Amino acid sequence: MVAKERFKAIFGNYLFILPALGMFLIFSVYPFFKVFQLSVFQWDGIMPTMKFVGLSHFKDILFRNPTWWQSVGNGAYITFLALTFQNCLAFVLALLVDRGIKGGKIYRVIFYLPPILSGIVVGLIWNWIYNGDYGLLNYALKALGLAGIQRAWLAEPKTALTSVAIIHMWRGFGWGFIIMLAGLQNIPRELYEAAKVDGANKWQMLRRITVPLMIPVFVLVSILTILGCMQIYALIVATTGGGPGYHTEVPVTRIISSMLGQSQFGYACAMGILFGLILLTASMIQLRISRRIKQE
Amino acid sequence: MTKRAVCMFCVGAFLSCIIGFIGCTRKAEKATGITVWHWMTDRQDAFNQLAEIYEKEKDIKINFELYAPSGAYTQKVMAAAQTNTLPDIFGILGEKRIFASFIKAGHVADLTEEMDARDGKWRGIFFSKALDVNRFLSGNQFGVEPGIYGVPIDVTNIQVLYNKALFRRAGLDSNRPPSTWKEFIRAGEKLKAAGIPVLVSGWGEIWLIDCFASNYAFNIMGKEKVVATIRGDVPYTDPDWIRVFSIFKEISEKELLAQGVVTMVNKTAEQIFANERAAFAFNGSWCVNVYKGMNPALEYGAIPPPKISDKYPMAIWGGAGSSFMVNVKSEKRENAVEFLRWLTTKKQQVFLAKSTQNLPSNKYSLAEIPPILAEFADDMDRTTHPGILPVAEFPRVIESFNKGIQSIITGEKTPEQIAKEVQKVKDREIKSQRLER
Repeated sequence: MVAKERFKAIFGNYLFILPALGMFLIFSVYPFFKVFQLSVFQWDGIMPTMKFVGLSHFKDILFRNPTWWQSVGNGAYITFLALTFQNCLAFVLALLVDRGIKGGKIYRVIFYLPPILSGIVVGLIWNWIYNGDYGLLNYALKALGLAGIQRAWLAEPKTALTSVAIIHMWRGFGWGFIIMLAGLQNIPRELYEAAKVDGANKWQMLRRITVPLMIPVFVLVSILTILGCMQIYALIVATTGGGPGYHTEVPVTRIISSMLGQSQFGYACAMGILFGLILLTASMIQLRISRRIKQE
Repeated sequence: MTKRAVCMFCVGAFLSCIIGFIGCTRKAEKATGITVWHWMTDRQDAFNQLAEIYEKEKDIKINFELYAPSGAYTQKVMAAAQTNTLPDIFGILGEKRIFASFIKAGHVADLTEEMDARDGKWRGIFFSKALDVNRFLSGNQFGVEPGIYGVPIDVTNIQVLYNKALFRRAGLDSNRPPSTWKEFIRAGEKLKAAGIPVLVSGWGEIWLIDCFASNYAFNIMGKEKVVATIRGDVPYTDPDWIRVFSIFKEISEKELLAQGVVTMVNKTAEQIFANERAAFAFNGSWCVNVYKGMNPALEYGAIPPPKISDKYPMAIWGGAGSSFMVNVKSEKRENAVEFLRWLTTKKQQVFLAKSTQNLPSNKYSLAEIPPILAEFADDMDRTTHPGILPVAEFPRVIESFNKGIQSIITGEKTPEQIAKEVQKVKDREIKSQRLER
């Protein structure tokens, strides 16, 4: 009797989460496994039948698809720039605001504005800035006497990817800034006061207190940066469409192009799985490195 | 007891909501007449007006449901096909093999019988090229039963537009636009010397590059050789193809292209031409409506792309602009076909052409369309489209071809390099196709 009552109590509680669980299973778990299933089939997204092709999609992507690897390389380049310049800038600005510079609250709002704008809107604004004929950047360069380096920044193979990366960094550094500022504000002030009493200067306090205590925050920001940069899409669509040539193609544009442009759903799913594995590996490496730094 | 009752109530309410929602949707669908799905934002108002007229005339309600942009529409139609929830009438965007998949999956009605009835009266009203896009011939490579599977509601073609005022400013005769490639280059150089940017087009959308290149491929080597290349009998490294690629090198080296054209979307290109910041544009007949909105005073004309060779005729990319398909599983199939028959009659087509500035698919409506549209319509017989060729190129080859042209324009690669790269992709695709078989 007691067992029955207990069972009822537990089961009754589970009933409450049944709708949410149902939604989660339908919209998250099922698609996750469906992607794995589709990756071993050839399917155009319309026909009711699919053809089993085993691991041939994976083989093709890994060994016979140079544009895929170029897109991964482009994504990695944007990520590298973001991890270094974007996060350094975010940290420096967070540090300044944390130290109570004048108008700190206003900066907080200003820095947080770009991340909340849509990628398409940001892309359109920067399209105008980078425009070869009437762009703001070329206008500024001319005014500075640098007319010789004027160009259509998004349309030239040498500058297109870096130009897109700059837009992405401009848009993304606000996230890092907010997270790092929150991290800085969580460091107990007593530590700084004690260090001051011991005669530590600002640089020593930064090296011995701030940076070590900020490592978990750096790891979090780095992982979010990697995931955000590698999955860049809307910005590419709004600025270059992946061109010129394949110079600004990134993994997500290749996946979408395979799925909707070429109707190769199975192939696109295989790309998605490989891409997921790349991101997972990068995050794992990042975590391991940070753990080692923390131990040291 | 109370706890149990609350649990049961929650679960019951949740299930009732879902069942009720599905039930209501189904009932609503049945009660509201014919449903049409489309992506054409600029035509929604005109469609709604026609629906009102049709309801008054025939007492059948027509619901035009707009899903834009076209990418989102494509996804919606694909998802609906997978769940068997396509509406009575819908459009299919994309290449012919996607259209073929819809037919083979049993979603599209064969309208040959209706088109052929009464000595082919319905079929006879359309531009033949417009109907060809919706037609599958016997022995087609997709394995589709021969027949006509769609109703064109308008036609389109892509031509070269020139700004008459800018022509005059550069000292060119605005009544004598270039008809040969040499004349085009000469005019371009004169315009450039007058400080006027020459040609603009949305070549960041690679399909527009494909249109321009395929026009010249037909002109340089003829349809037979183009088809032979797609079949794999002629390589892309053939001198004629190198000549096609070289066109882009020439206009790029002579600086006759607007800045940033390789990553420019067509909407931006349209703005540049409408604002008189380029003398030529390569754009489709839909631009008449677009330019009218952007700059009603724009003085321009439409000409076929200037021919580079006299050996073969210059083809113009075009055919059916948009077509509607009838859902083969629709309970209102007869009514749907009847509505499409009504929509393509002369009166409705003239109304659509006048209100949306698109070319009508009914050739008998041409007499009553605006003059600039008539300039486009004059060349409808010369149109070609990948959808009417007996074979289709591999999507990856098309992509590498068009992306390669972008690289030629930026001066990064030579026509010979691109020809080799495209052929390499083609060889790889042929090999994988053989392995699959």
